[in-house]
Amino acid sequence: MGILEVRNVNKRFGGLQALGDVNLTVEENSVHAIIGPNGAGKSTLLNVLVGKLIPDTGSVSFDGQSVLGRKPFEINQMGISRVFQTPEIFGDLTVLENMMIPIFAKRDGAFRMHAVNSISGEQEIIDQAEHMLENLNLADARHDHSASMSRGNKRRLEIGMCLAQEPRLLLLDEPTAGMARADTNNTIDLLKQIKDERDITIAIIEHDMHVVFSLAERITVLAQGSPLVEDSPENIKGHPKVREAYLGETAA
Amino acid sequence: MLGLGKRDTSLVIIVTLMALLAPFILNPFPTESAMAQFNAGYPDLLQRFVIFGIFAIGFNLLFGLTGYLSFGHAAFLGIGSYAVVWMYKLLDYNIVPGLVLAIIVSGLFAVLIGYISLRRSGIYFSILTLAFAQMMFAISYSDLIGRFFDTSITNGETGLQVYTSDPQILLNDWESVPHLLGLVEMRSTYILDAGAWSFSFNAGYYFCAIIMILAFYLSVRIFRSPFGLMLRAMKSNQQRMTYTGLNTKPYALAAFVISGMYAGLAGGLLASMDPLAGAERMQWTASGEVVLMTILGGAGTLIGPVLGAGFIKYFENIFSKINDTVLHQWFSFMPDGLEDAMVFIVHPFIGKGWHLTLGILFMLVVIFLPGGLVEGGQRIARLFARRKDTAPKETQSTPAE
Repeated sequence: MGILEVRNVNKRFGGLQALGDVNLTVEENSVHAIIGPNGAGKSTLLNVLVGKLIPDTGSVSFDGQSVLGRKPFEINQMGISRVFQTPEIFGDLTVLENMMIPIFAKRDGAFRMHAVNSISGEQEIIDQAEHMLENLNLADARHDHSASMSRGNKRRLEIGMCLAQEPRLLLLDEPTAGMARADTNNTIDLLKQIKDERDITIAIIEHDMHVVFSLAERITVLAQGSPLVEDSPENIKGHPKVREAYLGETAA
Repeated sequence: MLGLGKRDTSLVIIVTLMALLAPFILNPFPTESAMAQFNAGYPDLLQRFVIFGIFAIGFNLLFGLTGYLSFGHAAFLGIGSYAVVWMYKLLDYNIVPGLVLAIIVSGLFAVLIGYISLRRSGIYFSILTLAFAQMMFAISYSDLIGRFFDTSITNGETGLQVYTSDPQILLNDWESVPHLLGLVEMRSTYILDAGAWSFSFNAGYYFCAIIMILAFYLSVRIFRSPFGLMLRAMKSNQQRMTYTGLNTKPYALAAFVISGMYAGLAGGLLASMDPLAGAERMQWTASGEVVLMTILGGAGTLIGPVLGAGFIKYFENIFSKINDTVLHQWFSFMPDGLEDAMVFIVHPFIGKGWHLTLGILFMLVVIFLPGGLVEGGQRIARLFARRKDTAPKETQSTPAE
């Protein structure tokens, strides 16, 4: 049994069948890519996984526990972190403060009222945050406003913030969308490094085949809301159905 | 010091000195001089400066930190006032039980109103809080709840006040006005005549000032706490907050309740200075005023709301008192025709027209200093700092070149 099990999930938006009988198993400590043409239901699936959308039927379980009916913050606390298509960071805060928040969230849970003790007294949290920033090569920018960083660095920070919580499953939604080649390669290297250093499962939704084939160990192809085929990257490359549904479309 | 960083400590010290020396600072003109009407150092106005300072500090904890714009905060101001007057009516003129009750009751109302209003964000949240405040205003103004119990809870449009027929079970013979634990009456004032100047030191003012300093200190602590960091994070990006495993609801509600309790305390102090409570204290204009104060001073800054509150209350009380006779005195050095013309031009901006002056100033601040008066201060400070920086550098670099 995989760490993430999606069974017979259906989701309808009015007349549109966004997801039709989706079955997906993500094995623990693997890198699993979900690809598919536009409108295939990739983002809908992701939103179901993080609790933003509730499927009409079917089940989703993480590490043997159902995630359905839980709120996004509860699912996150179970160990699923999400990286967004456009980096979602705390733009008004400094880079260091950004990094401290997930560490607080890991230590204190969903809500705790530390209203009168000072942040500067939380040396442990600051040390951890600084350490994370050093690993991400962002230590020099720690007192900058995070909104002023480059897109590539914002992405690094966002991924780092997700990792600071030590999640068991990291979901990435087109992490290199709109990035320059150099930033894309940096992100690939960062993800490879994360994979090597940690016990972590990564599920990635991506359009860029270069990224998919550099990282993925397993690939699921979605088309029109249903999984078309699931296989290793080598087999996916030559699969006639995939060519037809997705790669062929771009070639034509 | 006191668990604060260096800069925050100096800020607290500045506010403390400003508050304690206010009767001097705000009374710079000799009593008999023509400028004496710009003096703001009289007890009634000084009290309002610090009380509305507390109100704005509390409002800033919600709006400045979380970005939730409550448009009904005056409801808590009114609740605080009613709580204090009810304690006068039931117990005696000691203000302490009333103030404690004011904080508790406004906190309870804030839990209820906040729980419902915080289900929505942005403009919908603002409208919900406004709706609650207007409902509470209407209920108080018509004394709706009192009618059900065949008694008077808010005393309708007359306003709540103490009557000799009230129980006042703890009342002593000597009590006739609000006092602090029997130690000092709120209205007692010591007047110091120094040459042409006359300074008044009012017990009520100093009581409010000390509470404001404590309230300010607490707000600094909250700003610098992990809780404050979470509130700022929520203002910045709620989505990321949620996907970092944090529940935004209780954070927002906690900020709303704390801020409501500040407002309740301020309302209680208003009734401690003057033993009356009226429904008009809850009206939407009062809610709007605290929004103006906070934005004018600088939302999200520590000292901004205090400055904003002082600024607006000064205008309300000083500019509204200037009339045409005063204007004629000012411009009397001019030839007659010109004098009348000047009075004609300035007339709309003074007296009842003080709102116009305030409106123009508010527009100027929002357009040119989006960070409020605090940003203005920072810009001036930077201007001086740059001059200091560049001056020695030039002299040093000349020989090297």
